[in-house]
Amino acid sequence: MTQTQKKKSNDSSAKKHTKESASPKSPSNGDASQEAQSKGPAMFSASQKQASAPTDQRLVSGGRNENGRLGVHKTYKMWVGGKFIRSEQGRVLSLRNAEGDLVTHYVRASRKDLRDAVGAARSAQAGWSARSAFNRSQILFRAAEMIEARRETLIARLQEHARMTVEQAALEVDGAADRMFWYAGWTDKYVQVLSSVNPVATPFFNFTIPEPTGVVAIFAPENSPLLGLVSMIAPVILSGNTCVVVVENIAPTLAVELSEILATSDFPGGVVNLLTGLRDELQPHAVHHMDINAIASCGGNEAQRRSIQEAACESVKRVHFFEQPNSLEAWAAEDQQSLYWIVPFIEWKTAWHPIGV
Amino acid sequence: MQSYRLPKIPTVDQVQVEARAASFTKRSIKKETKRAALEMAIQMMDLTTLEGMDSEGKVQMMCKKAVQPMIGRPCPSVAAVCVYPTLVGVAKRALEGSQVKVAAVATAFPSGQSFLPIRLEEIRQTVAEGADEIDMVISRGAFLSGEYARIFDEVAASKEACGEAHLKVILETGELGAYDQVRKASQIAMDAGADFIKTSTGKVSEAATLPVTLVMLEAVRDFYMQTGKKIGVKPAGGIRKAKQSWHYLVMVKETLGDDWLTPDLFRLGASSLLNDVLMQLERLETGHYQSNLYFSED
Repeated sequence: MTQTQKKKSNDSSAKKHTKESASPKSPSNGDASQEAQSKGPAMFSASQKQASAPTDQRLVSGGRNENGRLGVHKTYKMWVGGKFIRSEQGRVLSLRNAEGDLVTHYVRASRKDLRDAVGAARSAQAGWSARSAFNRSQILFRAAEMIEARRETLIARLQEHARMTVEQAALEVDGAADRMFWYAGWTDKYVQVLSSVNPVATPFFNFTIPEPTGVVAIFAPENSPLLGLVSMIAPVILSGNTCVVVVENIAPTLAVELSEILATSDFPGGVVNLLTGLRDELQPHAVHHMDINAIASCGGNEAQRRSIQEAACESVKRVHFFEQPNSLEAWAAEDQQSLYWIVPFIEWKTAWHPIGV
Repeated sequence: MQSYRLPKIPTVDQVQVEARAASFTKRSIKKETKRAALEMAIQMMDLTTLEGMDSEGKVQMMCKKAVQPMIGRPCPSVAAVCVYPTLVGVAKRALEGSQVKVAAVATAFPSGQSFLPIRLEEIRQTVAEGADEIDMVISRGAFLSGEYARIFDEVAASKEACGEAHLKVILETGELGAYDQVRKASQIAMDAGADFIKTSTGKVSEAATLPVTLVMLEAVRDFYMQTGKKIGVKPAGGIRKAKQSWHYLVMVKETLGDDWLTPDLFRLGASSLLNDVLMQLERLETGHYQSNLYFSED
């Protein structure tokens, strides 16, 4: 048994992410250092069977179905600036099932993809925040509708890609729709709830209102590919921020499914930009990027969290760490949605308006 | 006096010119080469403001930036500032003591739809105000009607009105419709004594593109072969990203050679390009992607 195989069989994680390069020179089944990058709890794994090294490159989905028809296999792309794109570098990662078989490939974003996504988010920000709160609210409602409309597909994908049971998948999808719906409601209400008229001892009418921070980088949760993602994105964008989301989790393909939902929900291009890839590769460029105004991070390891805090000083980014709930039920719970998830990504504007003169 | 006749000029192969122009975007330019390209782009830039709302203050600020684009790091000045005629005096005073030239658009910019004596008088007054370079527009209506002799005469008269000042002739390629027309217009302008030929006013949606500029560069090359005169080229409008700027530099080098890689013979007309170039330089220095928020608007 080789070193690599030993490491794999000792890895209790049911999830297998191996880097695969478009280059034919690179090994397709990963080496020890690549394997070290894989992570992710096995909490949602329906199967307790230990993962073994992949024996073949057979695609689980696609291929001929029972009618002998050649299925159309889906290409999972990223969503940047309202367009579905492959990586500028053409690299992909592979998603494997519990048996180690290849389920599908998805895109591995490069730093230039990140740069382009930030550019798209920046250009979209002024227009998005200038829309009326009611209009933004309608668009979020529409996104909730579309999650609802694609319920069956999403449940099937979660079973296939995130290895959830049908009950778990339903909880995840319904939770995502409900959460989007809940934040949609807040979109045209949070301003009046959070604003204040301040008592001052001078002849001024003094009031404080929230305004969006700008471009927010979101590091998505690792264990909840749909509900967790919606829980992070919705409170950020509802106030008029735009975001670049870096997704490395148990089933990044669900982020792509979500982007198709958002794309059909009247979101202007660039408001949400979803990148699938490796957090360790993209995070250093994101935290140093001078055009990112805030960082929302969920999960990640200690080193990643520290690097965010250190690097964010340079451009005085707002940084907010969200605690990652450790079960699906916890993600779906009501305490995972809050008006105060909107607050880390707004700026307070206080105006002094002269009166009695 | 015999009127001007357009000489025989080769037709342009649209497919080839577009393919060749696209090939210039495929170069891998990194690190030191990139830095050199970015600095060269700054040195060849005509920093431009041509808005109805331009004020003295705005032009003064832009001139300061033209002389010293970046504070805290050594950075070359731009080649020239490009303003409306009424602001030439302001720019001239603001640039006193620097090498930065003052270019002004004249001749009823951007349409050129005014009477020739008025347009010529505009040039004379602008030069009297201190403009080093005049950017004139051709009468596209006349050109498209085939009145080539009229275009020739107008450009020649404008050149005469310029006196010492350099004359750049704006072809407004976005309105000419075909590469062959661009080639013809370039030929007429050069025959009539233009020092520079320039793609666009920046006021028409299709402004400078690589293929159009390539057609003009080739016209300049052929003109040089025939007459030995070196004519400058200035793409303007729509060049906003640093990457585009080195596409143009590569194209100039590979079409006309190093001789043309000088501000005397090549310019980039732009306004927002400068900040993008500065952001790229800063990124090379720090290794971090930059934000427009930290760079002055001019």
